[in-house]
Order: sequence, then structure tokens, then C-alpha cells
Amino acid sequence: MLKFVSKNALLLGTAAAVCVLLVASVNQLTAPRIAEQVELEKLKLLQEVLPAGAASAELLQDCLVLQQPEVLFQRSAKTYRWRQNGALAAYVVETTAPDGYSGNIQLLAAITPDGTVLGVRTLSHKETPGLGDKIEMRKANWMDSFRAQQVQSTDDKRFAVKKDGGQFDQFTGATITPRAVVNAVKRTALYLKQHPELAEAPANCQPL
Amino acid sequence: MSDYRDIVRQGLWQNNPGLVQLLGLCPLLATSSTMTNALGLGFATILVLVSTNMVVSLIRSQVPNEIRIPIFVMVIAALVTAIEQLMQAYTYQLYQSLGIFIPLIVTNCIVIGRAEAFASKNPILPSMLDGLMMGLGFTAVLLLLGTVREILGQGTLFDGADALFGPWATVLRIEVFKTESHFLLAILPPGAFIVLGFLIAAKNAIDARQKSRQVQTKEIVRARVTHVASNETSAG
Repeated sequence: MLKFVSKNALLLGTAAAVCVLLVASVNQLTAPRIAEQVELEKLKLLQEVLPAGAASAELLQDCLVLQQPEVLFQRSAKTYRWRQNGALAAYVVETTAPDGYSGNIQLLAAITPDGTVLGVRTLSHKETPGLGDKIEMRKANWMDSFRAQQVQSTDDKRFAVKKDGGQFDQFTGATITPRAVVNAVKRTALYLKQHPELAEAPANCQPL
Repeated sequence: MSDYRDIVRQGLWQNNPGLVQLLGLCPLLATSSTMTNALGLGFATILVLVSTNMVVSLIRSQVPNEIRIPIFVMVIAALVTAIEQLMQAYTYQLYQSLGIFIPLIVTNCIVIGRAEAFASKNPILPSMLDGLMMGLGFTAVLLLLGTVREILGQGTLFDGADALFGPWATVLRIEVFKTESHFLLAILPPGAFIVLGFLIAAKNAIDARQKSRQVQTKEIVRARVTHVASNETSAG
């Protein structure tokens, strides 16, 4: 009996090891290409959140790493700085909403130093298809409702979903998702507003 | 050779996963909202079916009966994960629009169903063919559903085809009619369920008509069977 069970257990273990090996090698093989795709997508989104012609290779170089896990909920977040005539016109920040319905929602937000949002896009999420996924521009225009909205202060009541007394629509059947996104944008804008020294901090992103 | 023809007929019509076996209904209903999504998921499922059937058939003599299910599931999960990563690397747009439904192929009962019912008992080439045919049958139903739902729900055909075929495919988009208010039921899963019901009814009607056209042969019922003959009927 023991021999029988141990033989099967060994077989199962071997099969598991082989499967893991397969997945790990495919992962390794595709990792660089996937990273490429993600960066391409980011560039495309940069072009969407900033005014036409603003996104460029220069912009990608002027990159700062922010390590503010309590605000941005990432270990380290890249921030690009868009300058016009030498002065800082907007930050483009990678930020995360940790309180989405099914986990983290990665966002890309273009915010001016005085807390006005130029545009926000979703980089990745796991929200419910058909309900929470309206935060994707391909599904709905909801993200456009952030354009030209300014976060005045920490108690800016308008910067919330309508259910919480604010001005942003929630989705029928899905309040948690838009609430998470609105809160993340508000938090990020406030942080940038309160730290004007970030405008002149030296660029320190590691090259890919 | 007739074996192969039988496999083709089973997968595409007689034992169609979507219309007869009624397997894989979750992705079937959820991703068939447009033709592009339907085709995309169909291709991914065919890829998975062919590769898992091949692998299961390869190892079928090595796998003891008692642990075959966990091993099949592991094989399926590993292959689907590999395919998902390949899609993320090479067909990023499609990967984004299909989203969570790619890894969900692991739970598609067609895959484990064919592994268990066919690939574990048949040689490699027939198993791969079976995977291909079942996949094609599933994709055909997906596509049919996708077409009906896209026309009724959005008034277009091939919307978003560039995610699947590349940027040139935006020319494929046909606007059948312009509508301000979309037929919401067609876009949502309950609508898909209803359309699927009609499709199954249509298939059954076609089958019934074909059967009534054939000459009926009388079956002699044996009162006492002296030796067992499998599936034999005597012509009157």
C-alpha cells in the first residue's frame, strides 16, 4: 500500500515539476517582449493623457522614481515630468488604487503642480468585465470626467463619487471600482501639490 | 480513414461542444459579444485543445489511472499559462480585450472533457484532430453567436478586428445599421443564452428533418440474445 501511494506521489511530484519548468521557461522567454509591449502601451497612454505632441522621448528621460508606498501603493513608482518653456507643466505619475473590487488598479495620471488633472488612464486592472471595467477607455468614456478637475485640498468634498457626496458618477452595479480610482487620483494629486520640490529633483530612473 | 472522418463529423456537428455537449458555456456566453472577441477566444481554445490532447495522448500510457485527473489538470493549467504569456507577448491588444477569459480556458470543461474522454484513450494524431475539430466546432458556435449579438446589439460587424488581425483590419468593420439605443439584451449574457437556445433548436430541427428523409429500417427486437453483438441492428 505504501509503495503504491509513494509511487503515485512521486509521479505526481515529477509531473508538477515538469509543468512548473514549462511555465517558468515560457515566462523567461517572453518576459522581454512583454516588457516591451507594456512600455509601448505606456507611451500610447502618455500620448492620451497629455496634450497632443507633449509625449516624446525627452519626456521619458525626465523620469523620477517616487518611493511613497503609503500614497502611491507601489514600492517604487515612475513619474515623468513634462516641461513647457523650462517650467514644469505636469507630472505623469504611475499610481495604484489598492482598494479595487478585485485587487490593485494601476493608473497613469497626468497632474499639474497645482493639483489639476489633465488626464487619467488605467494601465491594468482585474475588475469585473461588464461592470468595473468601464474604467477602461475602450469600454466607456468615464475616465474623461477627470479632465480639468482640480483637487483643492484634503477635504475637497467634490472629489469623490456621487454616492459619497462628490461629483463623479459611479457605475450602475459597481461603486467600489470608481471610488477606488477617484480616491487614488485625489491622493496622488494632493501629494504632488504638497511636494513642489519634486519639480527640480534630479532624474533617477534606471534605464530599462 | 473513416475514423478521421468520424472525428471531424463528431466535433463539428454530432457532438458539438457548444450545441450538443453544452460545455464551456461560461466563456461562450461571456465573450461572444462581438465577432472579434468570439474569434479570438476560439483560436485560443483551439490552440489549447490541440496541445493538451497531444500531451495527454503522449503520456497516456505512463499515467496511472488513480492520478490521471490531477495530472491532466496540471498539464492543462501549464499549457494555458504558457499560451497566455505568448499572447501577452505577441498579440497584446487581443490579450487585453479577452482579459481574464484566457486563463479561464483552464476551467473550460471541453478541455478536460476531451482529455479524459478521447485523448487518454487514443493515439496522438487522432487526439490532435479531435482537439482541432472540437475547437473548430466550439469556435463556429462562438462566431455565430458573436455575429448575431454584434448585429443586434451594436449594429456592426467585425468591430475591433484590428485587435485580432492587425491594424489593416479596421477596414473590415461594417456598419449594418446605425442605432442610438443599443439592443441591450443582445449584449448581455441572458441575451446570449436566448440566442444559444435558438441555435440549439435550429440544429435539432435540421437533424430531425435529415432523419425523416432517410428510409426507416425496421429493427427486429431479439427476444433472447445468445451472444453479445455490439451496436448491431438487423435490417428487416
